[in-house]
Amino acid sequence: MPPLSYLIWLPALCGLLSAIVPVPRTQRTREHVIAGAIALAGSLVALGLAIWVIVGYRAGAGLSDVTDTKWIGALGIYYKLGVDGLNAALIGLTTLLFATAVLASNFRMRTERAPRARLYYFLFMLAESAVLGAFLAQDLALFVAFFDLMLIPFYLLIGIFGSGDRVRATLKLVIYTLVGSLLMLAAAIATGVLASQQHGTPITFALSSLQALPLSKGSQEWIFLFFAVAFLVKMPAFPLHGWMPDGYRAMPTEVVMVFSGVLSKVGAYGFLRIVLPLFPQAAVHFQTLMLIIALISILYGSIVAFTQTDARLIAGYSSIAQLGFITLGIFSLQLQGAQGALLGMVNHGLVVAPIFFIIALLAARAGGSEDIREMGGIAFRAPVLATIFLVVALATLAMPGSSNFAGEFLILLGVFESKRVIAIIAFAGVVMASVYALRLFIRTMHNRVSPTVKSRELGLGDGLVLAPLVAALLYLAFYPQGALHRSEGSVDSSLAGARAALVEPAVKPGAPSTLTTQQAAAEEEEAAAAQEAQESAR
Amino acid sequence: MSGLASIAHAPALLLATLKGPHVDFAGLSPLLALLGGAVVVLVAGLVCGPGGRASYSDSASDPAAARPSPGAAVPGLLALVALGAALGMTIWQWNAQKSIVSGALRIDGLALVLNVILIAGGACAVLLAWRSHAARGAAQGEMYALMLTSIGGMSLLSSAQNTIILFLGLELLSIPLYVLCAIERSSERSLESGLKYLIIGSLGSATLLYGLALVYGVTGATDFSAIASAIASRGLSNDTMLLGGIALCLAGLCFKASVAPFHQWTPDVYEGAPTPITAFMAVATKVAALGVMLRFFDVALIDVQSVWAPALAVLATVTIIVGNVGALGQASLKRMLAYSSVAQAGYMVAGVVVSTQLGVRATVFYLAAYLFMNMAAFSVVLARERETSLGDSLEALSGLAREKPLLAWPMTIAMLALAGIPATVGFIGKFYLIDAAASNGYTWLGVVIVVGSMISLGYYLPVIAAMWMREVPAISAGTWPLSALTRRGGGGAGGSLPAIAGGSPELDEPAGADQPAAGEGSGDAAPAGADASSRANPEVVFVALLAGAATLFFGIIPGPLFDLVHSAGSGLGLF
Repeated sequence: MPPLSYLIWLPALCGLLSAIVPVPRTQRTREHVIAGAIALAGSLVALGLAIWVIVGYRAGAGLSDVTDTKWIGALGIYYKLGVDGLNAALIGLTTLLFATAVLASNFRMRTERAPRARLYYFLFMLAESAVLGAFLAQDLALFVAFFDLMLIPFYLLIGIFGSGDRVRATLKLVIYTLVGSLLMLAAAIATGVLASQQHGTPITFALSSLQALPLSKGSQEWIFLFFAVAFLVKMPAFPLHGWMPDGYRAMPTEVVMVFSGVLSKVGAYGFLRIVLPLFPQAAVHFQTLMLIIALISILYGSIVAFTQTDARLIAGYSSIAQLGFITLGIFSLQLQGAQGALLGMVNHGLVVAPIFFIIALLAARAGGSEDIREMGGIAFRAPVLATIFLVVALATLAMPGSSNFAGEFLILLGVFESKRVIAIIAFAGVVMASVYALRLFIRTMHNRVSPTVKSRELGLGDGLVLAPLVAALLYLAFYPQGALHRSEGSVDSSLAGARAALVEPAVKPGAPSTLTTQQAAAEEEEAAAAQEAQESAR
Repeated sequence: MSGLASIAHAPALLLATLKGPHVDFAGLSPLLALLGGAVVVLVAGLVCGPGGRASYSDSASDPAAARPSPGAAVPGLLALVALGAALGMTIWQWNAQKSIVSGALRIDGLALVLNVILIAGGACAVLLAWRSHAARGAAQGEMYALMLTSIGGMSLLSSAQNTIILFLGLELLSIPLYVLCAIERSSERSLESGLKYLIIGSLGSATLLYGLALVYGVTGATDFSAIASAIASRGLSNDTMLLGGIALCLAGLCFKASVAPFHQWTPDVYEGAPTPITAFMAVATKVAALGVMLRFFDVALIDVQSVWAPALAVLATVTIIVGNVGALGQASLKRMLAYSSVAQAGYMVAGVVVSTQLGVRATVFYLAAYLFMNMAAFSVVLARERETSLGDSLEALSGLAREKPLLAWPMTIAMLALAGIPATVGFIGKFYLIDAAASNGYTWLGVVIVVGSMISLGYYLPVIAAMWMREVPAISAGTWPLSALTRRGGGGAGGSLPAIAGGSPELDEPAGADQPAAGEGSGDAAPAGADASSRANPEVVFVALLAGAATLFFGIIPGPLFDLVHSAGSGLGLF
């Protein structure tokens, strides 16, 4: 099996290559073709490597393919990478989405004038490396470094190649995200330093070591909040989503595909990888808060998505809702919930990327406008496009039989077990999802043909972009167990600390410590249920 | 018998009183190289220079006269040789741990590492000044000689172990700098800058001197270690006079390091001084000032740490906030970098506050990082000043990525590094500082550093946006009025700052979008002129690329830099 470093750095290397490869003077006009081909090759090889890694990963094997060398010895920072059930599916998602996005860019640049294509591919591939690094990092400082780093290529990509008021939009996006990231930086350093002080050990940032050195509850709480802000901004979740509307509208299509498909997952993944294992007591302490934030995100995202007319914003706000579900699943602190969340992350990536791509196709057919009022009737002359869109839309609204359904079902099951009231309210989100997804589909594909619309069938290139995404979506719909089975062990160990902390309050100070975990859990649930019953009675 | 003995002893006694202290020339050699080099450069400038000042007035208008004659490069070369010699001597002394000249100077890891940083900064500054108008305007070699003298002062300061030497070093550092700021005699702003720096700097020196006198009055000692032992043995930590002295010393040193609220001179002086001098000042002065703070506070005053540390922590906080907020919305890049340097000083003072070995190392690491980041930034500013008529305004960078990627990349890397983005040395530096702060109970100071970095995004990112996301301003392609063009030759210090320099980048956006045709046109026209001028300034581009590459390299592979600063922390006897 290849070292994970190859997987991480290969895209960046190809990006660099496509930026500096000499192009003969006579071929200057075809510069973008050469650069694009190199980038595409790099992203395809990365996809192949990722599949190799995923196939080679044995469920329940813990961390495998570990690369572990010292990066900065003086600070206890390790260059430690590894694959386990939490990130295996996500690196697959990342490489798949980046490969399709690079493919889409290649096709787009054939038809459009494409200035500075070399720079574009360089930044794009650099972004892929950074995202893969964030998913694979098994050291807190390394994770923070990759997490911050991935913003920079996107900043330049959006700012240089975006549309509309891109400079302002990117500034907003970057400041929002970096404020979160920098808070996380302080929190991460504090985690390492305080852990070493509270346990009298030399400083280290390796996650496995930190997990063995739990912090005091007081430190956990403020550190948790700093991390949570960083991850919630990235998702985005309700109160911290201010950058999203402008940002998504300014992004080039391929960029928004990977940005919403992959980057938002890094935040959710961070909760599972870092927050729950390292700060379990704080996670329990803030469980209700996080669940409420998730709930508001679901309701707010769904309602706003329903009222928007800009197709991109519909997809954007629906992402807020979907990521709300994912947060909900993670903070149910139940195995099913967290597994559902993980499945949901992959699903959402596979759904939202084709939606943004299809929106671009629709806009091309509707005279360049992304407003759904100016679309309509596109399906008549584009049955294949309509079919693909329908598949994706049904997956978005979690049609039973789709993989999203399995994900949301597990999430709600998990929440139902921990906080019943919240689960019941969250069901409304499932209903609303069908409203906005179907509205988007019907208004664009059916209805009266809008005067500006010139419909035509999907091109071969567009089909090539969409096919792998839809295929992956269908695969997961028929066989979600594959993903679930692989991740079960890792998710369980990620939750272990929090679940132990969850039962702790039930142990009275004077109570005998022989109380088993199950008994305590049962007691806790009963108490919670009784409390909720009282609340609902009121 | 006893009389005999006394007679026998008398000559020995006499000899002892007359004999100067033992001078360890090996230990002093870097300093001697610098100061000797200054003399040689000065003389060589007089010998080789073509008439010196006389040619000054012609050179501005006549492009032929502006081209340096073959002999004119000699002083610069000699200055580089002197710096190289000093570097060699420093490396020769590398593992030394000794007090020399009766304990007045300490040659240890800290002093040697700071020497290396100073010499590297000085070499960059000499290269930047190579073609500087000021260097030719002042008689040949004067500028380099002054720079070398100033570096000598800094080197002295960073190894000072005695309050007298401390003051001596500080003055040796400052006085050449007062002259250097004002060296562009034709520019009013340069003169103003020099005068301002002279007045404020003298005030700072006087304050420091007064503080040192009070400390001497209480402890009766000038040696750092003697001061420390006097404080410890006599329990002086609550002595009012000592505390007053410490406060005054703190204020005096803060003037030099431009720590708020003693920073007000910084933006004006930085903006007015010729850019190579600004770069030199920004980097080298800070290195020396922080170096002496480390040694003075963490050695001499370590027993009253509980008194000065909270005060310094508050100063660091204020500095970080004031510097970062002040830099927001500055249209002049040099003013922006000045405020940014104030903020960076605040970060580094945090390392002094911590007063552990880790803190010292983190501070020194950040100083090295600071050298790379600022040299990259200032050299790009300088290059644009010479190429365009827009001076040091943000406008001068518009569309740079398309026009000149070799300048845009270093600047981008420098801005990202200053903001503390990963994969640059700035990230590691900040990480180290926060780590040091958190590990000695100053976690809140780490959070302040982080908050400062957040604010700083508000002014670093627009610079990147200007380079990458805007069109080349049509103005730089030659539509600028003739008067500005003629001044362009002499506009080293941004004296020809046009009126359009102001305004936020957002406001310019519609204008840029409206005239794509103009942008394209200038894009075609620019390369011809651009190539010519980048050939004219290869050394500036070289410094920019080198510093940018170092910023990136040490951000990804920081090991060598960690090894370098490791020795800095160990010599001070801290925990």
